[in-house]
This record gives sequence, C-alpha cells and structure tokens, in this order.
Amino acid sequence: MSILDWILIVIIPGWLLIGIIGIVFPYRPHLIYGLLFPSGAVLGVLLAVCALSGIVAAPQTRVLSLGLPDLPFHLRLDTLSSFFLFLLGAASTGISIYAGGYFRRGKGAIPGLLCLLYHVFLVSMVCVMLTDDGYAFMIAWETMALSSFFLVTSDHRIAEIRRAGYLYLLIAHIGAVGILLSFGLMAGNAGDYTFDAMRRFPEDGIWPAVAFLLALFGFGAKAGILPLHVWLPEAHPAAPSPVSAIMSGVMLKTAIYGLLRVSFDLLHAKYWWWGLLLLLIGLATAVFGVIFSAVQTDMKRLLAYSSIENIGIILTGIGLTLIFKSFALPHLAALALTATLYHCLNHAYFKSLLFLCTGTVLHATGERNLGRLGGLMRSMPRVAWLALVGMLAAAGLPPLNGFVSEWLMLQSFLFTSGLPQGYLHMLLPVSAAAFALVAALSGFAMVKFFGIIFLGQPREENLLHAHDAGRHELLGLLWFAVGCVLLGLFPNLVIAMLDPVTRLLLGSGLREAVAANGWWLLAPISQDRASYSAATFFVSLALFIPFVFVVVRRFFHGNLDLYGNVKRVPAWDCGFPSQTARMQDTAEGFSQPIRRVFSSFLRHTRQHPSPFDTNPVYRGSVEDPFWKWLYQPIVRLVEYGTNIVAFLQHGRIAIYLLYSFITLLALLMLTNG
Amino acid sequence: MIRSILGVLPEAGQIINLCAAIMLLLGFSMLAQRRILTLINLFLLQGIVLFVSILTVALSTGQNHLLWSAIITLALKVVALPWILHRLIRRLSVKWDVETLLNIPATMLVGIMLVIVAFNVATPISELSGTVLRSTIGIALACVLLSFLMMITRSKAVPQVIAFLAMENGLFFAATSATYGMPMVVELGIALDVMIGMVIFGVFFFQIRQQFDSLDIRQMERAREE
Repeated sequence: MSILDWILIVIIPGWLLIGIIGIVFPYRPHLIYGLLFPSGAVLGVLLAVCALSGIVAAPQTRVLSLGLPDLPFHLRLDTLSSFFLFLLGAASTGISIYAGGYFRRGKGAIPGLLCLLYHVFLVSMVCVMLTDDGYAFMIAWETMALSSFFLVTSDHRIAEIRRAGYLYLLIAHIGAVGILLSFGLMAGNAGDYTFDAMRRFPEDGIWPAVAFLLALFGFGAKAGILPLHVWLPEAHPAAPSPVSAIMSGVMLKTAIYGLLRVSFDLLHAKYWWWGLLLLLIGLATAVFGVIFSAVQTDMKRLLAYSSIENIGIILTGIGLTLIFKSFALPHLAALALTATLYHCLNHAYFKSLLFLCTGTVLHATGERNLGRLGGLMRSMPRVAWLALVGMLAAAGLPPLNGFVSEWLMLQSFLFTSGLPQGYLHMLLPVSAAAFALVAALSGFAMVKFFGIIFLGQPREENLLHAHDAGRHELLGLLWFAVGCVLLGLFPNLVIAMLDPVTRLLLGSGLREAVAANGWWLLAPISQDRASYSAATFFVSLALFIPFVFVVVRRFFHGNLDLYGNVKRVPAWDCGFPSQTARMQDTAEGFSQPIRRVFSSFLRHTRQHPSPFDTNPVYRGSVEDPFWKWLYQPIVRLVEYGTNIVAFLQHGRIAIYLLYSFITLLALLMLTNG
Repeated sequence: MIRSILGVLPEAGQIINLCAAIMLLLGFSMLAQRRILTLINLFLLQGIVLFVSILTVALSTGQNHLLWSAIITLALKVVALPWILHRLIRRLSVKWDVETLLNIPATMLVGIMLVIVAFNVATPISELSGTVLRSTIGIALACVLLSFLMMITRSKAVPQVIAFLAMENGLFFAATSATYGMPMVVELGIALDVMIGMVIFGVFFFQIRQQFDSLDIRQMERAREE
C-alpha cells in the first residue's frame, strides 16, 4: 500500500467514521471525549508519519471517480503537500488530545455535533492539500470554510459570536470567488480543471499576473493579509480555544499552501515584481499585526493579531523567495523558502500552544480580559510553565523554534547584495529593518501576554482558586511544548526534511550546505558569515541558570544574621501604606508607550472618569483603522447600490409578474425582429 | 405523410383547429370571469379540450408517447386539479373574486392586443414547424400570454393559481402543436411539478389566510422587508 493509499483508506475514512459515530451518539460525552477525540489524535500521528515518509517519496497520483459524472477527483501527493500534511497531522494530534479534555468542561454545543464538525474540518484540510484539480480543490476548500464556520459559531446563542461568524463566512466566500476566478483563468484554454492543464498556462502576457493577483486575493482572504485580516480578531475570540488553535495553526497554512502551489507550481514564479508585491504586503501585514497585538487587552485578540503578524512574516519570506528565484539565485531562494516553511511549522506549534493555554485559562477563570487576570503562575503552575515555552518561542528567543526561522529569514535578507536590481538593492535593507522591528515588538507583545496573565498579583478574588489543567489538556499542551523545544534544538534535521520541498518548487535545497557542519551547527551560507548552534546555546543556558541561581542564593541572600536566619525587614513602601493588586501595571498601562509611539496607526478612544466619581471606571479601546477607512465606505457603497435596486422592489406580486411579463414580451419581439 | 395520417383519422386538422379556437375562447372567458367556481369549471373545460386535441394528434400521427401525455392530461387536469381546487375553495369558503386590479373591459382590450402580438410573433415559428398543427401555434402562445395577464390582474390568490395552471395548459398546447409534444421525461417532470406546486399552493393558502385574515395578496405587501 502506498502512502497516498494509507491516507485515502485509513486516515480520511477513519476521521469521517469518528465524526459519524459522534453524530449518531450525540449526547455521550464519555464516548466522544474519552474515546473518539483520542482516536482522532492517533490518526493524526499516523498522518504525520505518512506525510513524513511522503516527503522523501516520489509524487503519487490517483483519480477517484467521485463527484459529477465527467469530473473525477484528481489527487496527488508530492513533497509540498506532504509537508503541509505533516504540519496538519502533527498539530491536529495535540489539539485532538486537548479538545477531548477541553470540550468536556464546556457547555452549550452538542458534543456529537462538535465531534462531527471538527473531524470533517480535518478531513477537508487533508483534501485541500491532496487535490490535483481546481474542481475538487474548491469543494474541499468550501467544505473547510463551512465546517470551520460552524465550529466558530458553536456558541451561536451569543449575538457577538454570530456576528463574528458571519464576518468570517463573508470574507471566506469573497476569497473563494478570487480563487475560483484564478483557477478559471488558468484552466481557460485547457478545457479541464486539472492542475496539470493549468501548469501549461501561457507564461507571457498579462494573464499569468492577473491569475496570480486573483489567487493572492483569494488565499490572502483566508490567510488574513492586510486589508482582508478583519475576520481574524473577531473569529478567534468567538471560537472555542481548540478551534482557534487549529484555525490559526493549520487553516491559515492551507492558504499559504495554496499560494505556494499556485505561484510556484502552477504559474512558475517568473516575475520579480510578484515577489516585491508579496514582500511589501507581507511586511505591512506583519508590522500592522504586531502593533495591534501589542496594544490588545483581550488575550485571544492579542494572539489573533499575532497570527496576522506571523502570516505577514511568512508572506515576506515567500516574497523574498520569489525575488531570488526570478533573479536566478537558487541558494538564496532555497534559504528564504526554507525559512518560510520552517516558520509555518513553528507558528503551527507555538500558536496552537498559546491558544490552548488561553483556553485553559478561560475555563479556569471565565475571563478573556487581561485586565481581570494576573498571578495565575501560583494557581496554575503547570500551564504557566508550558505557556512560557510557547511565549518564548513566539517571541523568537533561542533556543526555541521561533528563533531559528526568524534568524534564517534575517539571514536571507542580509545576503541580498547580489541582486542586480538597483531599487531592490536599496529597499531590502529597509525591509530587513522593518522585519527586525516586527521581531522585537512581537517579543514585547508576548511578554505582555505572559506577564499580565501569569505573573504579578491576582487582580480578582476568584483567580486564587483557579484550577490547573486536566490530564488531557496538559498532555495536549505538552505535545506542543516538546515540539517547540525539539524544533528549536534540531534545526538541521528540520532543514533536511524541508530540502525535498524546496527542491520541488525551486530546484535547489540547503541539505548539503547544512549537512557539511554536522548536526549541532547551523550555518546556512557559510560558517564564517553566520552560524548558530542551538545545542551549545541550550547547554550553556542549562548550566548558567542554575549557576546564577546558586550564586544569588548563596551570596546575595547569604548575609544571615547572628542566629543564622535570613534577615527580614519591611520593604520600603514608597509612601503607599497598602499595596493592592489593582496598583500593578495593567495590560493598558504596559502597552502605553507603544500606543503613544504608533498613535497615528491606531484609532484609540478613551473615556476618563470624572474626578468626583466615587466609583471611577476607565475605558479604552483600540479600533482597527481599516474599518473606518476601507470597510465602512464599502458598506455605504453597497447600501447606496441596494437602495437604487430596492426601487424595483415594491413587494406587490402583480408588479413582479408584470416584470417577467414585459421581459417575455420584449424577448419575443426581439427574437422576432 | 400528412396525407396518410389524415387518412387514418379524417378531419383531424379540422378537429384540432376547433380545439384551438375553443382554447382561445376559454382563455378570454377566464380572463373575464369573476366567480371562482366558474373559473375552475372553465379550467376543467380547458383541460378537456387539451385532452381531446392531444388525443387527436396522437391518433392521427401514431405517436405513442402522446397517448401517454393525453392520459396524464386527463388524469391531472381534468380530474385531479379541479377536484383539489373545488375542495380548497369549499374549505376556504371563498366563492367570489370581487376586485381585479384592472377593470374587465380594459383587460379584454389588452387581451386582444396580446393575441395580435402572439400571432405576429408565432408566424416565423409556424413556418419552421412542419406539423399538422402549425397554424395553432399562435393561438397556443396567445393562451399563454392571456393566462399570464390574468395572473397579473387578479388580486386573490386562488384565481392566480388557476391562471398559473391555465398558463401551463397553454404551454402544453404550444408544445404539442409545434413539435408533437416534448420528450416524455420533460412531460412527466412538468406534470410532477404542477402536482407538487398545487400541494404547496394549497398549504400556502391556509397559511396566508391565517396570517393576514384574507386571501388578498395585496396584504402581503406588508410582509416585505423594509
């Protein structure tokens, strides 16, 4: 049995079967959460293993005669789809384990329905990555959008959640139209919708560019690039946390997969301005996302904006790859693409971890607002330590995985001196600076996320009694935390795994360059330019931290009094006789400098209490400027247009009949004359 | 060929022309009729005429599938639909359709104009068509347009539905006269559609009356989205 057969015969029917069993016994939480979700996780591991062996195998194809009579489904498993399937399998494993524990404690949605939708969602994502023709792709893509829509609105009794779901569905469908048009354009001359036919699309003229722009729009809507990002910060807080995790960690990557598939595989990525466009959009998205993520006060919105930022980084990487490829610099292109794919994998891991942590915090405290959290390190220590791992990875600190991909990305920025285009030559260092800014600010946002939630004093009474995560949840979190550490410690192995993918898309890879230095030292270009050894860093860190700890305990705290006790005196209270938890730095206060610096980007509104108010309340909110400057004008335009059309709508049946009558007569006259 | 066919059933052409004339007459009388009960009887008559004409064509041309459509017509339009309509108005106890949106003489004038238009439009089609019935295409089209007009001018729901069914009769007549009928599958489909449509309308009548205390569709203007 080939790898594709394994996926088609075992994994897809397996997940579907789990979903169906769930919907047949919809009110058996023990069956669903104790057995079905964990078995889904086992299939996830199996998918990851299959995909891992698929990366090194030759492409496999199948034609399934499902669907409409003359349009069979074409399937193809190549290294690119294998890589993204690996990402899906690995991430879904942890999320399925976690979901088995998380949903058990939730209320509202029907367990069986959740089980069905969740597994249909997984299957549709597998199908998106396996399909080899536009028709099957669109079916899988729409199934994905719909199942995730229903997952987002699983608490549909809350109006805010329904609104978020509607926004998500709307943008998903506008995007799907873009993809459909792009496929239609590429298949236009061939007469069938297979990707093979689209690969033969004429490479000159304006049409490849149009197809590329349509695909960028369509996939960008799903990924959340700049003007189309508005659904992300709404949908993620609305969705249950495992759903946010899989949407942010995996579903956004299906859009990246689609973009890579179309621009590199189908359209062959010939023009350098495509890359420049992607680079600029990506950087704008990243800067925008990170600034907004730094000023949020809702923990899931913060992570949602951070997802936008990471998508921006990934897009920047694709842009760089396109630029290098079009100027025939294969090694640099491979470096940039490796960094991009690596970042996809890393983001799937750390963002899933963080979203799952917010789910546990939400269940333990019932609070998403950072202003009411704090000090959870004491009541939920295990979650806090795992969240720390995810936060360090997201902040891009060594020796965790986030650092490696961002470092590789910066390397590819810094080696751009060979480019023959003058303006690009000047633009790229500026872009590198912007990229560095993004990396630094994302560190700030992550420190805020972790510090406000887990450190300091509990801001509310009930936080003292918050309970730690359950067994399943903890196992799911551990899966991702271990993944973050391993992906960070063994970059060379990961790069070797990515090598076949870059070879498929670019014809070059980093395997030799990396293998030359052994497994502990990563030097993508050459050893005397830049190198990074995660293992050395990790070992020295592991030695240094206990050393500092011991020294501080021994010498700094070591001045004991005559009786051998630690001297304790009251701390200087700064003129405040009593200090309450309310006096700590808040989420608003922590990000105030950023808000000041970038005040021209943000639409910040504040409500100050009056000085005589005995129960003062401060309200501040940051609005997305795109709502005011882009979406509201569009809404007004649509309303204006519909008002004109509404003139025709009298609501009288006789008038409607008259319309068709006159049309009929006019057509009869016309064909006669 | 036509000679031999006419040999099988003498005066077939005459019978069909007569049927067509009666169809047109019935169309006009339906347009002018205010009483719902009479309207249903006229619809029944139209069904009989349609049945006779299809049967004539079937026998004179030896097209077997037309026999089937004649039987369907008989079962559906002469027996089933009038019976359902009778039952409906008895249960809804509506006998009168007092108002029309346009007064009757004006409607008749518009109807005459429509017949002229229909004949004018049908001329090129009847030249293309090679059937015995080609002269009747204009009349069939006129029947369709007259029923459409009736649908527009009536304000109560039941006459509108009858008009809709009469329009379907006209279409059927047009199809038989132009091309010896549509393929069997299409005819069966249409028959099923009419049947289901009738059931849905029946349900709707009760719903509308419950909602608005009247079967006057002008009431439904209130239901539109503001």
